[in-house]
Amino acid sequence: MRVNGVDEKFDLPPQVSLLDALRGTLGLTGTKKGCDQGACGACTVLVDGRRINSCLALAVQYDDRDITTVEGLADDEGPHPLQSAFVRNDGLQCGYCTSGQLCSAVGMLAEHKAGVPSAVTEHLCATDVELSEAEIRERMSGNLCRCGAYNGIVASIQEVATR
Amino acid sequence: MRTFAYLSADDVATAVQAISTEPGAKFLGGGTNLVDLMREGVEHPDTVIDITRLPLTGVEELPDGGVRIGALVRNSDLAGDRLIRGRYPMLSQALLTGASAQLRNMATVGGNVLQRTRCAYFYDGTAACNKREPGAGCDAIGGFNRNHAILGTSEDCIATHPSDMCVALAALDAVVEVESVRGKRRIPLVDFHLLPGGTPQVETALEADELITAVELPPSPLAATSRYRKVRDRASYAFALVSVAAALEVADGTVTGVRLALGGVAAKPWRAYEAERVLLGAPATEESFRLAAEAELAPAVGRSQNEFKIELAKRAVVATLRQLLTEGGAA
Ligand SMILES: Cc1cc2nc3c(=O)[nH]c(=O)nc-3n(C[C@H](O)[C@H](O)[C@H](O)COP(=O)(O)OP(=O)(O)OC[C@H]3O[C@@H](n4cnc5c(N)ncnc54)[C@H](O)[C@@H]3O)c2cc1C
Ligand code: SF4
Ligand code: FES
Ligand code: FES
Repeated sequence: MRVNGVDEKFDLPPQVSLLDALRGTLGLTGTKKGCDQGACGACTVLVDGRRINSCLALAVQYDDRDITTVEGLADDEGPHPLQSAFVRNDGLQCGYCTSGQLCSAVGMLAEHKAGVPSAVTEHLCATDVELSEAEIRERMSGNLCRCGAYNGIVASIQEVATR
Repeated sequence: MRTFAYLSADDVATAVQAISTEPGAKFLGGGTNLVDLMREGVEHPDTVIDITRLPLTGVEELPDGGVRIGALVRNSDLAGDRLIRGRYPMLSQALLTGASAQLRNMATVGGNVLQRTRCAYFYDGTAACNKREPGAGCDAIGGFNRNHAILGTSEDCIATHPSDMCVALAALDAVVEVESVRGKRRIPLVDFHLLPGGTPQVETALEADELITAVELPPSPLAATSRYRKVRDRASYAFALVSVAAALEVADGTVTGVRLALGGVAAKPWRAYEAERVLLGAPATEESFRLAAEAELAPAVGRSQNEFKIELAKRAVVATLRQLLTEGGAA
């Protein structure tokens, strides 16, 4: 498995989730376990650039894939623009949901760029859907924030999307 | 989670061969339902056959104008497909209202069709549940049943089928193609899921060793003017209390074509044939919409907490048809 640009080799029993493999085996504890049943988004990571919930993913199913976790978002230049925007806009309080929010937002912006509609998109065939607040909230609804930092999260994403 | 043997199949022949020789084996799609149920101890396959590498990931136009959808197409890819958005907008909308973006990126078409009920007692190993343990009883009937079914229930089970996608597929006359070592067969989606009767543990027409390979949509000019409306406790990322998939064609103020199906009301996606019968040839008015909804919901039975769903379903039908009439479809 390739994780944050590094080839990793490990043997695990098939019942181990991708989330537990990342945290337990590779020590990448940035990705969080909230519910362990697909209901909160804290465990969101990117697989070949697409966001998924790593808690419901068996690690064996992803053995030939390219995984990005929150630890892999920054580059040599510094933090990812979304990370800086979260800091500027108070996109977090306790921070437990933040790594999931960040990975999810990266995936979401890529989906939007590819022209993917959402449940609140008025015309499904429209080609350039504006990332309004309603669109961002719907597209990010798979990430719960127990502290209710939603306003800052939406503002951060809007800031990066309109840059 | 109990351990199990894992194998991955690269082609359909290998997959169906493997399941025919491994009793107690299950196919694994996106895992969003199976992994959850295995962790809860509700499902405990000895062998898991990963089918996500099967070459069944295409959405293809058929010569007759219909569409063939591979069983391993991810829910997000199907929702975003240009053909589906333009010709079958109710299907795109139904998918987009389901789960979250992360889950839709994982979930497959075959897995969505076969997802199991969200009844809390089905998940809870200490509760009585006829579906999980035939003959044990049904704790939902006298318990928390706000989300439960109002149509086609039995005294043995009142669970719903939670899929949004399948409600649109029922309205669109979709056909499920399945394959086993014995060959292929085709099952209309409306006949695929079964009502509970005295055997709530038997949920579909699929045999234990059969693989869903594709879902086919027949051509439907009507479907281009269609919508999906989902009513739920919060605006997003929640299962339906009630949902409606509808397509409407009106000429000179008269209904000349209609397809209607309801979600969240039964153990199967509920094709509203009775309402369609009332509507066809009737004036396209609020009054006809209400009469049709009344006719469809006439046999509905409410339980201690879900009586409200009967009126909610009627209003959701009327609201969806009204919106189609005044604003057109969602494409
Ligand atoms: C928090 C949460 C919220 C959700 N909200 C919604 C919602 O609002 N609306 C909604 O519709 N759904 C919702 N879902 C359910 C989700 O849509 C399903 O879990 C998903 O569609 C299942 O697809 P999968 O590929 O992950 O299936 P799996 O979990 O991989 O498989 C499910 C079942 O299907 C079998 N199977 C899979 N593929 C095949 C095949 N090709 N042939 C034969 N058998 C097969 C498996 O053996 C298993 O029994 C939600 C799920 C979660 C966790
Ligand atoms: S409604 Fe069905 S699934 Fe729920 S407890 Fe009763 S028998 Fe089990
Ligand atoms: S931990 Fe995966 S969704 Fe909550
Ligand atoms: S910042 Fe605390 S859960 Fe989101």
